[in-house]
Amino acid sequence: MVKNKKILFIIIAILALIPIITRTKAVLNAIILLLIFATLGEAWNIITGFAGQTSFGHAAFFGIGAYTSTIVFYRYNITPWVGLILGGIIAAVVAAIMSYPCFKLKGHYFAVATLAVAEIIKQIFVSWDYVEGATGISLPIIQRSSGFAKRLFYLQFNEKIPWVYICLVLFTAVILLCSYLENSKMGYYLKAIRESHEVAESIGINPTNYKLYAMLISAFISAICGSMYAQYILYIDPFMIFSLDISMKIVLLTVLGGVGNVFGPIIGASIFIPLSEFTRIKLGGSGTGVDLMIYGLLIILITCYQPKGVIGIVQKLTEKSKKTNVGGEGKIEATSGN
Amino acid sequence: MKYRRAEDSPLFTKLKGEEHMIIAQIIANGILMGFIYALVSVGLTLIWGVMDIINFAHGEFLMISMYTAFWMFSLFAMDPLIALPICTILIFVIGVLTYLGIIRRVINAPGLTALLATFGLSMFLKNLAQFLWTPNFRYINNSMVSGKTIELGSIVIGVSQVVAAVASIILTVAVMLFIDRTRTGKAIQATALNKNTALLMGINTKKIYAITFGLSGACVGAAGALMATFFPIYPASGALYSVLAFVSVAMGGFGNIKGALFGGLIIGLAEALGGYMLGTQFKYAIVFLIYLIVIQVRPKGLFGW
Repeated sequence: MVKNKKILFIIIAILALIPIITRTKAVLNAIILLLIFATLGEAWNIITGFAGQTSFGHAAFFGIGAYTSTIVFYRYNITPWVGLILGGIIAAVVAAIMSYPCFKLKGHYFAVATLAVAEIIKQIFVSWDYVEGATGISLPIIQRSSGFAKRLFYLQFNEKIPWVYICLVLFTAVILLCSYLENSKMGYYLKAIRESHEVAESIGINPTNYKLYAMLISAFISAICGSMYAQYILYIDPFMIFSLDISMKIVLLTVLGGVGNVFGPIIGASIFIPLSEFTRIKLGGSGTGVDLMIYGLLIILITCYQPKGVIGIVQKLTEKSKKTNVGGEGKIEATSGN
Repeated sequence: MKYRRAEDSPLFTKLKGEEHMIIAQIIANGILMGFIYALVSVGLTLIWGVMDIINFAHGEFLMISMYTAFWMFSLFAMDPLIALPICTILIFVIGVLTYLGIIRRVINAPGLTALLATFGLSMFLKNLAQFLWTPNFRYINNSMVSGKTIELGSIVIGVSQVVAAVASIILTVAVMLFIDRTRTGKAIQATALNKNTALLMGINTKKIYAITFGLSGACVGAAGALMATFFPIYPASGALYSVLAFVSVAMGGFGNIKGALFGGLIIGLAEALGGYMLGTQFKYAIVFLIYLIVIQVRPKGLFGW
């Protein structure tokens, strides 16, 4: 645990120092997206890495968060800070509603069900006039001359550095929550459920309740990330925000970073987000899709040559200290139960 | 934007004679589409059942097959129905190569790694198509079957849909018979049940996996050639069908061909009827909702066990 805290401190210190070393917009942009997606990965990790319920529908919570804070600001001119919390609560309520029917499903059936829920929510947003439907919403920009206090209040900044620190604070808070959760009673209960639903039940754990708690926390955090993302890029539309690609991006970086480990998402995000940003900046301008083509190819190569994720390499290198790191190597229940 | 208000919906008006005809027409269209979905789903369910892998690139195989049909048509003036065997064989080969090049390396990896490899492949193929052939919509306008209709009473159906549905039925039955009757098919079943036991019984499971991937590709290749006669062809044309196929496979029960057939039919009908009753923008929402309802009654799909 002490060692984990040291690693955590080093990661956060490095990320905090980057804006001091370089002010290149592309680098800072990559850092901000990296932190948002790493936080999303942490959220996904709670339900999938700890509790073993594979979700392909986290874009739903992400999108609900993005839309709530945006709508609250766009329609009623209320600060996104209120929208952010409200979005989290709405996402948690949606998670509770969808979880009740979904939790009796196992493995891939659950995964497809979460995907179905996310698609339904997307269809609703596409044809809902109140949220501007398929057109999407451009956030109203506050005056350019506004002071920092006002900018902070409305979460809009002229430069990228405040975003780096806001996202870093969010990420730190979430990763601390996750490491606390991992070693708490609830964390052990969730891992027991992941390993065997029946055994967990037989020793007096109520799997449905604990999976529900995990889902609520996960949805709440995802929604906050969604609000941050919407405030950062200042434009949202349902196809972009509820896309299967966002859900899969979360799965991708967490699994290849190391699922079920609190450091997995940040490791995965540190590799995949700069990679996708780099290919996008270098090759994306042509509009021919060659950047995503190369990105897809890189995903194939990484999965083929390092199937246990990047954390597999780290564990191979530090074979001795492996025992202290037993956060649980992610074993996801992925059998169809036949 | 204008949307159909709820009061305009046929649910709120009395069904007259004409409305009956419209509904009959819609059901006919839904069933025809359903058989094509079924063929796509059969391909997916084979991989899912035998190897326990979700193939995210399934829709992209479909897209490649549609493009093959298109190029055969525009370069060699070959009708999509004649090009069907070529598409089928091509995607069979791509399927086998996918197994040998990618899946073989990740099949024993924990959790979701194999799925992510197929996700990377789908991203690669989709953008390769965009890179090579631009994102423009392409159509096959004057094939043997396009534009012609059959009239049954007052129901009008496109010949291309009928041909596609009939061919899908034949191919689905052929796959079923192959799995049930032949030695290779029995080996596929054995591998699906228990890989290690199958290995002990002298089945070359690696070969079986390669064949399964190829067979899955062949199904989707045939479906692509059939769909090319009446659907626009563009790089993202397969993406929607892979999500629909996930749902239909899960609805039928993983690895169950009969399940995939019924799943496909239910989705085709739900899409057509739901689109008519609630407006086309909600047709896929209805499909997903029906999946969630079915799964409440049968948590492992209609035919899963």
